[in-house]
Amino acid sequence: MAKKTTKKPASKKTAKKPTSKAAAGSGRATAVMRERHSSWDKRDEKTAESIRGLTDSIVKSALAGREPKVEVPTRSSANTKWNKSRGILQMGSATNTRQLFNLGQARKFMQTLLHGQGINELIEAKKTLSLRGMYYKGLHTIQGTGGKGKAGEKTFDDQTESDAILEDLEVTLGALREELHVFAKKRGTMVGNITVIDNGDEINCRRMGTGGYAVPSICEPEVIQFKDVEADFVLHVEKDTVWQRFNEDRFWEQHNCILTEGSGQPPRGVRRLLHRLNKEHGLPIICLLDCDPWGHYIYSVIKQGSISLAFESKRLAIPDAKFLGIRAKDYKECDLSDDVQIDLNDRDITRAKQIMNYPWFKDRQQWQREIKKMLDNGFKMEVESLITKDISYVTEVYVPERLKAQDWLS
Amino acid sequence: MAKKTGKKANAESMAAKQRDISVSEFFAKNRHLLGFDNPRKALLTTVKEAVDNALDACEEAGILPDIEVKIEELVPAPSATKPTRYRITITDNGPGIVRRQVENIFGRLLYGSKFHRLKMSRGQQGIGISAAGMYGLMTTGRPMVITTRPNAKKPAHHLELAMDTSKNKPEVTIDIETDDFPPTSSGTGTRVAIELEGKYVRGKASIEAYLEQTAIANPHAEITFIPPDKAGEDPTLESAGGSDAAAGKSPKRERGAEDGRDTDTGESQPGADTSGSPRDDVGAQDGSAPVEVSFERTTELADRIVYPRAVDENPPETQEIKPHPYGVELGNFLRMLKNTEEKQLAGFFKREFCRVTPAVVGEITKAASEKGKTFSGQTWVKNLDHASAEKIYRALQDTKLRSPPTDCLAPIGVRTMLAGMLKGVKAEFYAASTRSPAVYRGNPFQIEAAIGFGGDLPGDQPARVIRFANRVPLLYQQSACSAFKSVTETSWKNYGMSQPRGSAPVGPLVIMIHMASVWVPFTSESKEAIADYDEIRKEMRLALQECGRKLGTYIRRRQRMKREGQKRDVFERYIGEISKACEAITGADAAELYESLMKQAKRRTEIADAVLDEDGKIVGFGDGNGRLDNDDGVIIVGDDGPNGSPNGGPTGKEPPAQAGGGANAKGTKATKSPRSREGLAESGVVESKPGKRVVKKKVKKKVRKKRSPEAAGVGLFDGGEK
Repeated sequence: MAKKTTKKPASKKTAKKPTSKAAAGSGRATAVMRERHSSWDKRDEKTAESIRGLTDSIVKSALAGREPKVEVPTRSSANTKWNKSRGILQMGSATNTRQLFNLGQARKFMQTLLHGQGINELIEAKKTLSLRGMYYKGLHTIQGTGGKGKAGEKTFDDQTESDAILEDLEVTLGALREELHVFAKKRGTMVGNITVIDNGDEINCRRMGTGGYAVPSICEPEVIQFKDVEADFVLHVEKDTVWQRFNEDRFWEQHNCILTEGSGQPPRGVRRLLHRLNKEHGLPIICLLDCDPWGHYIYSVIKQGSISLAFESKRLAIPDAKFLGIRAKDYKECDLSDDVQIDLNDRDITRAKQIMNYPWFKDRQQWQREIKKMLDNGFKMEVESLITKDISYVTEVYVPERLKAQDWLS
Repeated sequence: MAKKTGKKANAESMAAKQRDISVSEFFAKNRHLLGFDNPRKALLTTVKEAVDNALDACEEAGILPDIEVKIEELVPAPSATKPTRYRITITDNGPGIVRRQVENIFGRLLYGSKFHRLKMSRGQQGIGISAAGMYGLMTTGRPMVITTRPNAKKPAHHLELAMDTSKNKPEVTIDIETDDFPPTSSGTGTRVAIELEGKYVRGKASIEAYLEQTAIANPHAEITFIPPDKAGEDPTLESAGGSDAAAGKSPKRERGAEDGRDTDTGESQPGADTSGSPRDDVGAQDGSAPVEVSFERTTELADRIVYPRAVDENPPETQEIKPHPYGVELGNFLRMLKNTEEKQLAGFFKREFCRVTPAVVGEITKAASEKGKTFSGQTWVKNLDHASAEKIYRALQDTKLRSPPTDCLAPIGVRTMLAGMLKGVKAEFYAASTRSPAVYRGNPFQIEAAIGFGGDLPGDQPARVIRFANRVPLLYQQSACSAFKSVTETSWKNYGMSQPRGSAPVGPLVIMIHMASVWVPFTSESKEAIADYDEIRKEMRLALQECGRKLGTYIRRRQRMKREGQKRDVFERYIGEISKACEAITGADAAELYESLMKQAKRRTEIADAVLDEDGKIVGFGDGNGRLDNDDGVIIVGDDGPNGSPNGGPTGKEPPAQAGGGANAKGTKATKSPRSREGLAESGVVESKPGKRVVKKKVKKKVRKKRSPEAAGVGLFDGGEK
């Protein structure tokens, strides 16, 4: 699928220049309050409605003397179903009942409502908050606790607690985090033959210098639109350092592609972006990850979704994503030195075996072989190990050769 | 008793030196046998003997005892460690003593009504008070002063008694009639004053401790204690009594020290402080004391401690019994045979022993008979030779006899013990049990045990064991006493206490053990420890186990209560937040929501509530003995007062359905309980309408939280330090 269209981007780039400049200029003028995409309002209405519905049922049962409950769909591997025909992970129908009058759940119950209230406010104010912002929004000392020299009980002990509640709310309300007006810290970078309209601002990803375009947390069509998608494919690398190598070598220019990285396990924004590029523009997604269980699992998440976000798989998973490398065989094929070997530790081995046993890996012979090979090797390898051959070995030899040979796992 | 003296003695010269030793003389030389080994103990023994006599006399005469113990320091101690001269005056409201008996009772050793009978009484040999007088005479040269009024309508006799130790005979130095006798409730009474050299100390094994424990075991008596004005602090006390200082004593001594310094300020003077006896009744009594004290500080009445009466009923009169054959040794048996006025064996057995029926006599004589020599009930006593008598004795011992009658025993009783403990021990849970009578060596005895747990008792020290024999506290030789051994033998771990191997349990616990018997087997004449008989120790253990089981139930219930209470706290905390959030989202009425959720929370943690309710239901001891009448040997003092658990087996017995209204009504009742402490303030506690008291509830909760670390939380094993 990867075609070498080395010359194309350059010409396109010049062509696009004026437009992007104009867009940027106009964007600055109206930066303060932007017209929100109309479909957001519908979404907001729906979200607010479900928050009210949830609260109403609590109030009703409280007044009737029944125990207030919230049914929270279970986010666990047990409740994650592998949909083989669609090639994605989906959340099952199991739910956990969150009760007020249960010592282990009372606090969470309270937190759920606090965040419900916070989100309700955000929707009304048409503003968004970060996860950390939400933590602070809900944070206060519970009335009636504390006192002389004794600290009162806080509604949230730390952000982790708050984050978990927000994820619970997402699944409970059947709303996406974006719909809750909550976003995560930006993570992940993009560069390549594409222009993005981000909240009205046109961003030419061909002219992003060394830094690249920081992929926002919310990549919904209402916020991000694609324009001039000229690339032939997307190369997703595991981490920023590798991405820098590719960007510096102008790999995306030479191979007419889009270059993304997700700083390890890619955040939702990056996954949503990749998903949309794949679905809306038919771009193949090709991943360059480490040869270790961690890398394998990143691929798995990109491909079929994660367990904790199984309820979002249908808008995040990319079933036809490819795994280009690093492969277990590369140690021999690329004639790497012994020094690049990193011994698998016990946890790696356990994890690898666990991955082999995931239903979505189980019936894939090539993956079974791949992981087995890695286990046989007894070591893992990072993408950077290719640097021992040559600084630009990975961009000039390794990836181009593999692309050409279509030597990847899927 | 002959002694060889001189170098060359012949039979004649020795004979000249061989003579009778009077009992008094013997004891004058061996006073440690009677508990006068050191000045400190002498003071205590004197008080002890006099108080024991007074109590015995009052009870025998059916008078509720009022006893006043006054100790005056006559010569200031040259240093705190040196003994000095004291006058001990003990006044009772007993029947008094007829004039002609005064000398005999107070002036002769081994004279009394108690030695020759098998009857449960405090004193046994009749040496106590006269020995005290003798000791006083020896150390100070001052005679014993006795004032007694046996007839309410006549003036009292005033006698001063010295004692001729060589003749075991009293010498009356002054004998007048006087009107100088304080009015008593009965009109009659006796006052004994003895001057002696002694040392007044506080702490363990002190007069205070003795009186405090006496008050516990004798709640029918009212005891007033007037300690010497400035009781010298004894720096050696720490080493003397401190090694195994009883639980709860250390704060007391501190307070005592403070008291000694601040005698000028009336406020720091109240007797309750000096008493240190952890009891609010005293505090109440002493509420008036400071006034008196501050005005009459220079008089002898510097301060006083009153141990009030807790039950208005004397212990039942006990019956005298004849010896049981199992308790009689061969020598005794032979002496009895020799001395009896009966002519024939059947009559002899009938008159001298209990439980030897004619049928049994037949059995015995038949068993003792052999070829050529047969015995029967008609056998003449005087015809029995030594061998025959021994044969009959053996047969007697081998015959199965009924246990001795037990109407000779007057146990304190569960109810009274609880009353005493409640008065003397500031705990929150009390349990008591009385075993049925048992027999050792032919002597009937009965064991009772009581425990006090929690409350203000220190939680990090070994349990305090207080021992009694026939209602007399035993203060010395704890570890030699079978009562203490039985405590260490009992496995307190089963009842939720911690217990180091081979020692008493550790925790806020006071253990009381009482042995009632016609003859308490002491390890020595000074009556300090109960000898180790398997039968006795077993009974003690069983009694402790009975109490322990109740304690275990209580501790478990308390833990459960605590859990439920914490649970409710958690719910309560979040309900406010939830209500507010709901209001913000849907506009529902937060107050209404709060109310209905609180109602639910209460319903769901009603075990915690049930306990509160029970608090209300339970009637304090001061409310009359109503609750104790049908008690099961348990009293629980909640934060707002004492509660006798109606069922004893507390857990879950109270119907939770009653949690609401009924209990509320009774909540006020608890409020009235005179024993309620500061906890009262929050004793609105039980409420059936949570909504109305939203604010109040908050306050209450805070208070509870504040208390919990001491009272409930740490308190389980660590509480009460404050």
